[in-house]
Amino acid sequence: MSDIASRVKAIIVDKLGVDETEVTTEASFTNDLGADSLDTVELIMEFEKEFNIAIPDDQAENIGTVGDAVSYIEENAK
Amino acid sequence: MELKRVVVTGLGAITPLGNSIDELWKNLVEGVSGAAPITRFDATDFKTKFACEVKDYNSNDYFDRKEARKLDMFAQFALIAAEQAVQDSGIDHEDIDTDQVGVIWGAGIGGIQTFSDEIKGFAKNDFKPRFNPFFIPKMISDIAAGHISMKYGFRGPNFNTVSACASSTNAIGDAFNLIRLGKTKVFVTGGSEAAICEAGIGGFNSMQALSTRNDDPESASRPFDKGRDGFVMGEGGVSLILEEYEHAKARGAKIYCEVIGAGMTADAHHLTAPHPEGLGAKNVMISALSDYDTKPEEVDYINVHGTSTPRGDIAETLAIKEVFGEHAYNLNISSTKSMTGHLLGAAGAIESVACILAIRDGVVPPTINHFEDDPEIDQKLNMTYHKAQKRKVKVALSNTFGFGGHNASVIFKAI
Repeated sequence: MSDIASRVKAIIVDKLGVDETEVTTEASFTNDLGADSLDTVELIMEFEKEFNIAIPDDQAENIGTVGDAVSYIEENAK
Repeated sequence: MELKRVVVTGLGAITPLGNSIDELWKNLVEGVSGAAPITRFDATDFKTKFACEVKDYNSNDYFDRKEARKLDMFAQFALIAAEQAVQDSGIDHEDIDTDQVGVIWGAGIGGIQTFSDEIKGFAKNDFKPRFNPFFIPKMISDIAAGHISMKYGFRGPNFNTVSACASSTNAIGDAFNLIRLGKTKVFVTGGSEAAICEAGIGGFNSMQALSTRNDDPESASRPFDKGRDGFVMGEGGVSLILEEYEHAKARGAKIYCEVIGAGMTADAHHLTAPHPEGLGAKNVMISALSDYDTKPEEVDYINVHGTSTPRGDIAETLAIKEVFGEHAYNLNISSTKSMTGHLLGAAGAIESVACILAIRDGVVPPTINHFEDDPEIDQKLNMTYHKAQKRKVKVALSNTFGFGGHNASVIFKAI
């Protein structure tokens, strides 16, 4: 697993209180990991902080799964 | 329209003197102090370095980590106390119409720790506006009532009362009145507060409201003592289930006592100082007594606001003498804040519990920490100093007064 993927996973485990094994690439924040809309906003903010990036709202809307987050960050992290 | 009778059918508590009603009551009767050095933050630079904290509190004992993260401690205390009270009363039964169960909670401040943390983060991050999405729903004082309703599906009236240290008495009073009017059958009511944090202690310190007896925390809360120098901050959550009498009877509920009065008035005098002659305090007791035409002579016990501040304690005793006349000398009076500290928005709820259990057990919890008489306080009044006193208590009244000049009293009667 890439460094980015493992850091993303750690944030999700921490914020959503889910088991590491549940955080698969395909897992959807809302459908599989029990996040509500506020949890999702918080996750995006945590990703921004961890990777020192800004994720615009219209991009954030497209980040629905663990894999979406990892690929977005891989493309945009400095 | 015939007014309904209202009874108490459940109690719950997480407090500086114990995390259950039984433990709280045992310690109140034994005259135990809940004061100790502050552990929640480093208080080295603060004028006051002690408080009455809930002991050994770990949110993980009550909530999963994800849930706890979204709850300020004042809301955690609310949920813990409410759960105990709901279980005690048995209203979480499938036969109960959840549309007829409301929640009126009292929190005077709300999530002050959450507010401070977010503002600290904002300042630390060069004032870039990055606030946590849970900031507001963690902080707002009404959220405790919201959480309790969501946990149980209680869909009756739902709100929070804010009147500083009178908040939970106002909550109990509102619940009482809505049941009396036939609007709702059952209320989860009470209050919670969690302000033992830098902003809470620092803020009250600046007002010179807190005792600074750092060399002897356990004796610092000394209502009516000549050496009193301010209140001791407490924290916690206390819940009462109020229920329409026939509803409680029909389901065979355990009934602690009846609620027979709730008064609410204002001093209209000063931000923080009480009216010097206790005018608002006098009026609020008269107002509470008037609900059921209770004669002053019928009252056995008054759990006073008695915060251990120099002026407040005097004003309240003057008001009691005005309302009760000669009978004032027959009353048992006590300030359980001498043991619990001042739970602010939860004060009315914890002190109501003291009244209710005094009625149940025929014992009045004491005012501890009396060392020297204050010549400005009538020494013929029985302040139940040092030790609990046995007394058959039929009617008990609890007073609470909040900064802003809010006064609220509630009266309980044996059934």
